[in-house]
Amino acid sequence: MNTKTLLYIGKRILLMILTVWIVITVTFFVTRAVPGGPFMGEKAISPAAQAALEAKYGLDKPVFEQYITYLTDIVTKFDFGPSLKQRGRMVIDIIMDGMETSAVLGVTAAFIALGIGVVLGAVAALRRNKLIDRIIMVITTAFVSMPSFIMGSLLLLTFSLWLGWFPANGNAEGGLVLPIVTLALYPTAYITRLTRSSMLDVLGQDYIRTARAKGVSGTKIIFGHALKNSLIPVITYFGPMLAYIVTGSLVVEKIFAVPGVGRDFVNSITSRDYPLIMGTTIVLAALIVIMNLVGDILYKVVDPRINLE
Amino acid sequence: MKKNPFNMHVNLDAFIPATAEDKEYIVQMRESSTFFRDGVKRLLKNKVATVSLIVVVLITLSAIFVPMFWPYAYDQQLGITPGKPVDPSYANLSPFEFGSTEEARIEAGEKIFPHIFGTDSAGRDYFIRVIYGARISLTVGFFASIIVLIIGLLIGSISGYVGGKVDMFIMRIVDIIYSLPDMLMVILLAAMLGDPIEKLVAGTTLEKIGSNIISLFVVFALLYWVSMSRLIRGQILSLREQEYVLASKATGAKGSWVIRKHLIPNCISVVIISTALQIPSAIFTESYLSFLGLGVNAPMPSLGSLASDALNGMSSYPYRLVIPAIVISLIVLSLNLFGDGLRDAFDPKLNN
Repeated sequence: MNTKTLLYIGKRILLMILTVWIVITVTFFVTRAVPGGPFMGEKAISPAAQAALEAKYGLDKPVFEQYITYLTDIVTKFDFGPSLKQRGRMVIDIIMDGMETSAVLGVTAAFIALGIGVVLGAVAALRRNKLIDRIIMVITTAFVSMPSFIMGSLLLLTFSLWLGWFPANGNAEGGLVLPIVTLALYPTAYITRLTRSSMLDVLGQDYIRTARAKGVSGTKIIFGHALKNSLIPVITYFGPMLAYIVTGSLVVEKIFAVPGVGRDFVNSITSRDYPLIMGTTIVLAALIVIMNLVGDILYKVVDPRINLE
Repeated sequence: MKKNPFNMHVNLDAFIPATAEDKEYIVQMRESSTFFRDGVKRLLKNKVATVSLIVVVLITLSAIFVPMFWPYAYDQQLGITPGKPVDPSYANLSPFEFGSTEEARIEAGEKIFPHIFGTDSAGRDYFIRVIYGARISLTVGFFASIIVLIIGLLIGSISGYVGGKVDMFIMRIVDIIYSLPDMLMVILLAAMLGDPIEKLVAGTTLEKIGSNIISLFVVFALLYWVSMSRLIRGQILSLREQEYVLASKATGAKGSWVIRKHLIPNCISVVIISTALQIPSAIFTESYLSFLGLGVNAPMPSLGSLASDALNGMSSYPYRLVIPAIVISLIVLSLNLFGDGLRDAFDPKLNN
């Protein structure tokens, strides 16, 4: 860790804070720009009740004052205010409840994708242009082009309606298997392709030839030299993978009725629960931005050859 | 005259000037090939890319022309005739089945166009809805990429050409937009912009397109230009420093000549390729939003909303889910493969 690296990390952290702040600001003002405000579309209520509601949620104050309050509440107390539609519940509590399930879903999917993707990619690279490589490439190409909602729906159709192996509801026992598989398929396919191409790249390097010339055994070359170095590009995929899993979980949780953050988010949009929309967007966005940063820093730390910008 | 092989005298016959015929024979009559023609040749040699191109063209042509002669409309509820009660026999028809009045007409000897994919729960011909869905997806993908291209090209070339403080300012904005989680922002904006845009376009011709689609375009225009403008800026910056540009300037070329003869031809292929690859990603986003209920407004179908609607009756009518699923995967897959083929064919600097 030299000063250059530290400077880079500092710069990235500043950019991250700026990004999260922009997300909060955009979310706030976009939500406020909706005509009629958060109570539009509900049953007709008397002007007095409307005023009372607005006073209760602080909507009668000037917009800028509301913004400052909102921002300070988030920064100091992680307080996103109360939910409008689920009476008596705080937004942060709803998010935290959902996060437990979603985290299990996302983390398991990520580990499965990493494990299987790296192995398949290495196998494909070592058996380049053989039958197994062709099969792996065709399958991964298909999976990369299939939107997650299509994949989820088809898995649901096949494995729970026709074969009956897994329940269709995410709440039931074993109900998380299909959602996890759905979420993991795309990253697995992507990591497989990534590992394959970077492994091929590494296998063509001079130091591999040198190692071979010195008589190092094949397994030792693969595990000691090739695999480690070919995993570096995989680290860069860390952030995008998390972003995919977060956005993918929105539809997957909808399809399989998993009680997670994603379903809360989708429901909050259809029921126009503005504080919940804002809270979920901000928390998920912050998560993605932080993970992107972690991935990028890891990348620079792991491979000292990479120049900083 | 017999010639002595050891005679040192030169054979004068060998030095007669060539006739016109001889000259014609020697000159190679081959047209000079252009970069574009070379690229097309390479593209057509790539079997995967050619097949994908055929698939894309077929889907596009049927999306454009089939609705013109198809006897049913995408929003026509076949069971409803004005002045009569709703005929329930038209809802949820299986493929190639007919409703009650249609069967009566068939018995009377009339020929009725079959419902190839059956009908949906509201009694609408499902085949034409899938075709319309493909039409919407392709249109959104195409126009979204054009919007991204125009904005990205404009901002990227300004940034690259002007340089200095303007460049730095633009690039900081690009950095920030780049680090925003795009999908979340798209969902948020699409969900929130719908209402105000609906008010804005009410009564104009734009109303027919639907507020959600317009807000989708707005979102694309706001967020997705960054990678395109980054790419174009990088191209311009690196091309400006090339030796042949310097040589051209040294021999007295004007700025406009340099732009026309060196900058544009050299970055056009990269721009076209990334625009082509933008189309499937836009289609992806549109269908994703439609699946979440944030895309096209009903009764307009989109492949995403068709799949989402099919989830409810999935156990009885699985084909209604499978058909749009296959169509959208086919579109995205073949566009991606074609884009890859384009890149291999038209980017000679890429040697993978």
